Amino acid sequence: MSLLHLAVLSPLLLALLIPFLHKHFRNIHTGWFLLPLPAVLFGYFLQFISVTRHGDTVMESLPWISSLGIDFSLKIDGLGLLFALLITGIGALVVLYSIYYLSPEKEKLNTFYIYLLLFMGAMLGVVLSDNLIVLYSFWELTSFSSFLLIGYWNHKERSRYGAQKSMLITVFGGLSMLGGILLLYIITGTFSISETIAMSNEVVNHPLFTATLILFLLGAFTKSAQFPFHIWLPDAMEAPTPVSAYLHSATMVKAGIYLVARMTPVFAHSGTWVWLVAGIGVITLFWGSFSAVKQTDLKAILAFSTVSQLGMIMSLLGIGAAALHYGTIKDGYYIVAVTAAVFHLINHATFKGSLFMVTGIIDHETGTRDIRKLGGLMNFMPITFTLAIIGTFSMAGVPPFNGFLSKEMFFTGMLRVAEMDIFSLETWGILFPVIAWSASVFTFLYSMIYVFKTFTGKYQPEKLEKKPHEAPIGMLVSPVILASLVIIFGIFPNVLSHNIISPAMGSILPSLLADGESFDVHISHWHGFSPELFMTLGVIVLGLLLFKTLSKWTGIYRIFPERLSLNHLYDGGLEMIEVASRNITKTYMNGFIRTYLVYIFSFLIFILATTMIYKDAFKLDFSNVAPIRFFEVVLVLIMAVSAITILFAKSRLTSIILLGAVGYTVALFFVIFRAPDLALTQLVIETVSVALFLLAFYHLPQIRRNEERIRFKLTNALISIGVGAIVTLIALSSHSNKMFDSISQYYVENTYKKAGGENMVNVILVDFRGFDTMFEITVLGIAALGIFAMIKLRMTRGKEQE
Amino acid sequence: MEILMAILIGILFMTATYLMLSKSLLRIIIGTGLLSHGAHLLLLTMGSLKRGAAPLLGEHAEAYVDPLPQALILTAIVISFGVTAFFLVLAYRAYQELGTDNMDRLRGKEGHE
Amino acid sequence: MKTNDVILQTVTKFTLFVIILFSIHLFFAGHYYPGGGFIGGLMTSGAIVLLLLAFDIKTVKAILPIDYIKVIAIGLLFSIGTGAGALILDMPFLTHAFTYVDLPLLGKTSLHTAVLFDTGVFLVVIGVTMTIIQTIGESE
Repeated sequence: MSLLHLAVLSPLLLALLIPFLHKHFRNIHTGWFLLPLPAVLFGYFLQFISVTRHGDTVMESLPWISSLGIDFSLKIDGLGLLFALLITGIGALVVLYSIYYLSPEKEKLNTFYIYLLLFMGAMLGVVLSDNLIVLYSFWELTSFSSFLLIGYWNHKERSRYGAQKSMLITVFGGLSMLGGILLLYIITGTFSISETIAMSNEVVNHPLFTATLILFLLGAFTKSAQFPFHIWLPDAMEAPTPVSAYLHSATMVKAGIYLVARMTPVFAHSGTWVWLVAGIGVITLFWGSFSAVKQTDLKAILAFSTVSQLGMIMSLLGIGAAALHYGTIKDGYYIVAVTAAVFHLINHATFKGSLFMVTGIIDHETGTRDIRKLGGLMNFMPITFTLAIIGTFSMAGVPPFNGFLSKEMFFTGMLRVAEMDIFSLETWGILFPVIAWSASVFTFLYSMIYVFKTFTGKYQPEKLEKKPHEAPIGMLVSPVILASLVIIFGIFPNVLSHNIISPAMGSILPSLLADGESFDVHISHWHGFSPELFMTLGVIVLGLLLFKTLSKWTGIYRIFPERLSLNHLYDGGLEMIEVASRNITKTYMNGFIRTYLVYIFSFLIFILATTMIYKDAFKLDFSNVAPIRFFEVVLVLIMAVSAITILFAKSRLTSIILLGAVGYTVALFFVIFRAPDLALTQLVIETVSVALFLLAFYHLPQIRRNEERIRFKLTNALISIGVGAIVTLIALSSHSNKMFDSISQYYVENTYKKAGGENMVNVILVDFRGFDTMFEITVLGIAALGIFAMIKLRMTRGKEQE
Repeated sequence: MEILMAILIGILFMTATYLMLSKSLLRIIIGTGLLSHGAHLLLLTMGSLKRGAAPLLGEHAEAYVDPLPQALILTAIVISFGVTAFFLVLAYRAYQELGTDNMDRLRGKEGHE
Repeated sequence: MKTNDVILQTVTKFTLFVIILFSIHLFFAGHYYPGGGFIGGLMTSGAIVLLLLAFDIKTVKAILPIDYIKVIAIGLLFSIGTGAGALILDMPFLTHAFTYVDLPLLGKTSLHTAVLFDTGVFLVVIGVTMTIIQTIGESE
């Protein structure tokens, strides 16, 4: 257990303490106990920059299920470190913000912070593990904690709906990814990511390659809300705003991006990967920004905007993957897309995080997030307004903010696609810059809608629940920090380039680097009068024009019928599945226990008989049997006759006595077969059982057999004869087929040597197989408690009624 | 002996199954009792019969019968006692509350899934 | 139903102790001869059941005012505690130890932690059997 493991697990460990802290320090907001952790972790991860900036990595391993090749191995490289810093850095700010956002009186703070810590630990695990199975486990844990956080206000129907939707979609993707991981294991024979990357040539040429790739991408696309799986993200906005800022814009939804970036060295040599990642990314980019314009809820705008920005990063990664085909990095011509992806990943976290926090402030101080009710808030909330301006202008790609820089690089990357001459990009590649540019126009447009519909225009106090005023200082700290970063990264982007961006790129495109080499990233503001500059200018001009004429053309959103929307498809499909499965279940689950027993026994006969035939297992061997003595035949007869007589017994008492007779005969058999312990036990148990039956006997009614019809009896007889026959056959074959020696010799030899006893049966029970016995007495205890509860609880309930 | 036991075990399983498929609760419980007897004997028979002395080292015998099935059966006997008792109480409480021991009428209502 | 069970009651008074002594013998002999926690426990409960048959539940409860559910709990604690004891000595769960001691009068005697484990089994079996019988017997 290294310090690194402890760092990843520390949020989960702290989560254990939260309930106690919450209970004992009621007057301190629980968030204060959390705050130090992400802050300390952020500092801890910062020190690794000195390692990764030289292209080195840190690897710590802890054996877990070594026999299956699953080890809890953690690896810090450029990419993982970038994400770890985002998770802890934004995490600290979000926790600070949430302290002012969530009221300790009204909310269940302990559960909230436990979920949040669960998420933080899981997310760190995802981005730092070097083992695919460990990554997968943490991956599902993030889906799970996201589910809990979206459904945090579980009294609201929309919250539950959103939580379920996100769970279904992301877990579907997660399971697909598990399939991909297993296929990859079949190809490579290892779960280690580093080893898999080293074998990428074999992976690409394997027949299972395409299936693996698609399964992996399903995982990434569902998590990162790519088209057509993006529908869960807008509904996830039912979560408290700090959660939206943290999970659904800055970190969790970027897990898909992380996966794509991480797996790029493995998959990128195929055209399918480039086309799927870049294509789906661009479609998502356009669809997200196009849909954002029609939203009226501030958070919905941000949600679709997040979808669109994620699509943008995704498409950049896809295009960057194509760069692997050009073996040289000298001019950085094609890899600029990857640079843009990493840079924008950081930028998006800063401006979108601050915008979510601004939205939270507006919601908190006015009571609504509907832009039709908001307006003219500029005078009431000047600081918030400034923050919103910084965030939205950066998002829109306006200088001097960081979004402008990454947007320019994005255009560069897109323009260069059209020049590539692989995977038929030379013919269709021209679509990329066109779609990208029009999506950017919409991005600009919704950014303007967000800020100007809220802060300028007519102030409508009658529509607001509260009188708006500036937020408390504590709530402003986090967005102010993020907004300052937006400006700092905008003016001095090269703080990041060598320390963060270049190492991260080294992890995404390792094969382009020779030993000790690193990407030389330099981000500049001014490229001359390049096509990118004109594209940006065009975006601003056209965007402003569309903003001014908004009311005239929004009708186009109504052309597309609601009935055909993806959401409608999802809702309908879900309902259909539910109805269909209920109907199918009804056909065989009819509520009669007998029916189920018939299924069970028929299946038993069927499966055993087919196995016996298929494996040719039946064998009869009379040579090696124990001798029979006369009185043993008598005992067998007694037992058989008693058992069969029970079937025809008319009274309860006869049945019970006959059962007792069978039981005592079994005890005699144990004596004959040299099992003294069993014989003793069976004798005593049988006595106690008969006593028990007689006690309960008074309470049970007489057996009525006339109700059973002939056909009913015949079916029963048929099934029972089948079961009897098959068991006899199994007993005979198990006697005749001795395929391997009994393991009992071990016990015979070691009973005295290792356990110091002489009664083998008892020694096996208490020593060699003590675990079995321990659980057995536990089960017995549970049975006794169950009986006690069944009888006693009714009595107390009866008393209450009186 | 093993052949004879195999047939006997078959008979026990057969009667047990028939009883378990019937409609009366008490018969079902008796059926489970028979089933466990059958299963115990089956385990014992599988491990070969009478191939040595009882599994006590004090016997100083050359060969012992297989102790492992015996240990398994000992556990099974005690557990089946617990299960039978539980089942018995369940049956009679159900009868008290619902007034019937007919399995056809002891059926969940629609919508009570 | 009032019956005269003087004979049963008298016989019970004598046999009870014999059965219990026998069951304790079975329990301790378990490691070497037929017997052990299960059989010993069942035999002891058999003795108490006999007492229940001869007298009625109230009398027996007055003689043996034991909460059998607690007996189950104590038994489980014994077994699991013995198993967990091995953990403290950095051994796998449920590792047993034994040694031989020469005691005056008794001669060579063996000491087993497995006996402690078996004591748990013994207590649980008594507790379970008696809980079941007693609760069923008390219910109307």
